[in-house]
Order: sequence, then C-alpha cells, then structure tokens
Amino acid sequence: MTATLGAGLALKPAHYEAALSCDADGMWFEVHPENYYADGGPRLAWLEAIRSRHPVALHGVGLSLASASAPDPAHLGRLAALSGRIAPAIVSEHMAWSAWRGAAYPDLLPFPRTGEALQRLVDNVGRMQDALKRRIAIENPSHYLRIEGHAWDEIDFMAELARRSGCGLLLDVNNVHVGARNLGYDAAAYIDRVPASLIMEVHLAGHTPDPVLGQALLIDSHDAPVAPEVWALYARLVARVGPRPTLIERDDHLPEFATLMAERARAAALMAPARMEAA
Amino acid sequence: MTPSSALLSLADFQDRFAEALLADGDADGRLATQPGFAVHRNTVMKGWVDALAANYPSVLRLVGEAFFRTAAVAYARMHPTADPRLWCYGAGYADFLATYAPAAALAYLPGVARLDRYWTEAHGAASAPALDAVTLASLSPAQLAQCRLAPHPSARWAWSAGQPVYTLWRRNREANGSEDSAALDWQGEGAMLLRPGASVTWRSLDAAGCAFMDACAQGQPLGMAAAAAVAADAHADIAALLAVLLQDGAFIATHIET
Repeated sequence: MTATLGAGLALKPAHYEAALSCDADGMWFEVHPENYYADGGPRLAWLEAIRSRHPVALHGVGLSLASASAPDPAHLGRLAALSGRIAPAIVSEHMAWSAWRGAAYPDLLPFPRTGEALQRLVDNVGRMQDALKRRIAIENPSHYLRIEGHAWDEIDFMAELARRSGCGLLLDVNNVHVGARNLGYDAAAYIDRVPASLIMEVHLAGHTPDPVLGQALLIDSHDAPVAPEVWALYARLVARVGPRPTLIERDDHLPEFATLMAERARAAALMAPARMEAA
Repeated sequence: MTPSSALLSLADFQDRFAEALLADGDADGRLATQPGFAVHRNTVMKGWVDALAANYPSVLRLVGEAFFRTAAVAYARMHPTADPRLWCYGAGYADFLATYAPAAALAYLPGVARLDRYWTEAHGAASAPALDAVTLASLSPAQLAQCRLAPHPSARWAWSAGQPVYTLWRRNREANGSEDSAALDWQGEGAMLLRPGASVTWRSLDAAGCAFMDACAQGQPLGMAAAAAVAADAHADIAALLAVLLQDGAFIATHIET
C-alpha cells in the first residue's frame, strides 16, 4: 500500500477544504490520531471525508513508548479503533516518552539508550503492533540534551529495536539535523548509516534557532519552511535509498496550503529521478 | 534531585526528569542546567497553556492574555492529567478558577469557563439522531406523562444563579467585531449547548428548562420532569419549553420508553 505514497502533508484543520479537493499525484495526508479520539463530531467526519479521497497516515504522539511502563490501554484502544475506522496507510509513533505516573507531558522526552530502555521499547512497540495487527514505524527524536549513560549508538539502537520488534523506522531528517547541530555530531554520516530497508517514511520540517542562544541551539519548532541543509540531507538520503513516502510537517505559523504544496512538490521532484531508476 | 547519573533505572530517570520539568527556578544536576533543558520545559508548559487558551477562548477574552497565562500556568502545575489529548485538556479548569484567589472578584468566571468546557464536550460527543415532535405527538397524554426522554449525547446545560453567565459567555464566544455593548442584566441565567448536526449550537435555557433537563437526564418520566420544571418556576410553560427543546434536537430519537 505504501508503494503508492509520494510526497504528503501534515493535515491541519485550516486546510481541510483545500486538502479535500487536492488531486496531486501521490498525495497523502498525515494526522495526529489523538486529535480524532472523539466519540463523534465534525473533526472525525472531516477525517473520514479526507480518507475517502486520499491515503491517510496516523502519527501518534501520546503513547509514550519509551516509558518504563506499558502504554495506557485506553489510548491504545482508541488508536486501534481509529485505525480500524480509517484504514491508515502507515501508523507511526516516537522513540520518546511523554506520559509518566499519571501525567501526560505535551512533549517528546529523551532517555538514556540502555539495554533496559531498549527492552521497554521492544515490549511497548510489540504491544502497539499487536493491538493494531500491523507493523508500525518509529521516529528518531530531536535532541537538546547531553544525557549520560547511553550504552547504545542511536542508529544501532533503532536497528536493534526494529530487529527485535519487527517495526520499521520513520526517519525525520530535520530531527537529525537539529540533533547533530545541538549535540555536535555529523548529520550526513548519520543519514548515510540508517539501514535503507527499515525506512518506511521520511519527515521534513522547519526549525528555528533559540531566541537567546541562536544557532548554538536549534529548536524543532515545525513553524518554518524546510531549511536548505535539511533539503540537502534529504537529497542525499533519496540518492542512497530511493523514494520513500515523504511528509512535510508544519504545525505553527501555518502558511497558505499552496505554500506547503510547493514544498511537497520539491520533495516529489527530488524523488522523481530515484523513482525512474527504481522502475 | 535532577537526572544526571548513568546508573539510574529508566523509571528513576523519568521520575527525576519529570520533577525537573516542573521545578521552579534553577535546578541543579547535569541535565537541568543544560540550556537545552529549557526547550523541554518551555514546550511542555506552552503545550498546556496554549491548549487552555484554545479550549477556553471566552475566559481568555474576558481576562486578557497576561491574567490568563498566569492562571493557566498555575492550573497546569497543580492538575496533571494522564490524557494526552490537548483538545480536551483542562477538564477541571472551571472548578480551579472558582478557587483561584486572583479571580475571586470575578464570580462569573467559573460559569463562563464551564460553558467553554461544554462547547468542547458537545463538539466531540457521539452523534445521534434527534427525537422529533411528530414521534411524541402520536402518544396519548397518559403515555406522554410516562415516557422518558434521554438527552442527546452532546447536550450540556447549566443554570447560573445570580450571574448573567450565558450573556457574558456568548458575547465573548461570538465576538466578531460587532460588539454587543448593551448593559448586562445582572441576574441568573441558564444555557444549553448542543451539537445536533455538524456544529455546536447554543441557546438560553431558564431555570425551569434546566430543571426539566436535569430530571430527564436522571431518567425521570416526562410528568416528573414537568413537575420539576414547575417547582423551579411556577410560571413555566411546559408545552412551549418542550417544543423548543424538540426543535433544537435536545433528545435522542431512539429512547422513547413508556
């Protein structure tokens, strides 16, 4: 099913009408399922209308798979119900935690990549895949902090998570760039090392420099166009692994739909030669 | 204590990280003192405050950005929720405002917040076909008195004694430039919010109407609900009230029990 996905857009309520009537080749949309965990109402109706015209991917932010506890069964149940209702093209979640001891934090939080954390993720990804009866993709995080106690390199950690759980990866190129700048590693080398066979989806988004620290601290803010450095990393990735379903994410300072369509057209254009080669 | 040790279990790491996220001022420890820790702190608090602002637009408009933000931060620190859905964040905000000292002079504020909350609840409530007047018209007066009307899943109503909460809420919720500057009639008001179709609707509902809906929600037969309405207001016109409620779609079609 994912073979038909080209470049897509994160769907925002302000763009519902334009999204519905969009007929670009390979178009698809992605949403945070949490926004549609309702008993009924217009949002759910809109999502079903979009789904009747386009492939839709569910990109969860609330399951907290990297917690030292199982995901909230109620939320996993809601995700399974929504997944059954709209038959998503891809379901993904984050390699992060956000819920702990009865509190849900609206952020994707880091953790030391230890053997214990790996096993927790394997178990929780397994619970999610069992509940959904499908393979999911796990997204690499943005990094702002130097955390002591990492026993694993991030790519090795994700590859091992994929090997043990059967999940795939959602490679967020902007997260790689932001993390590389903040922690001082080589983004291109990272991009070159991610196992091609595991990449189910790619994310592209904009970031902003910290208002005080500037370029020394980049923030994965999703409120700006995709940066030139991130486009370069994406082109490098596509040249190596070929076309993959690619999503433009924009959550804040939302521009006109046409502006986002121009960004997704650029991603589609970068994939076109690779697509012809693959054909 | 803040997270710093390589030897922590994942649970200990999360405990310390979560504590540092909400800690006041400068925390010690090698994680929380990194500039990047502020990114997580800001993201978390901004997520909560922005969600409250989105979910309580009438409160925000009444009190202004600065007051709202201070109150929202206080609420967020005191009321963690396990629910990651930001569109339903702040279920207890009206109750919080009732005890929030800086808002003590704004006696109407919790009531206004409650109507904002009702909008959110109505918006995401289950869909259901509404009962129409024709169905009821086929019943004999005796059957009518015994039948039980179930409120629509999206129906929310409240009476606010002594406060023109509905007018305050509506003026701020509907705010579209054409300001209604008529003087407030400072007396009790009730309101009902409902989502019979694709969008949330609202109307004023007097004390008798609220008592009537309360009785229906408790599963009382129509005769008892009418009695409750008359008890709330001796001059209540039950036929007119029922006609209005049916026209709005306040009851579920499939729950006529006689």
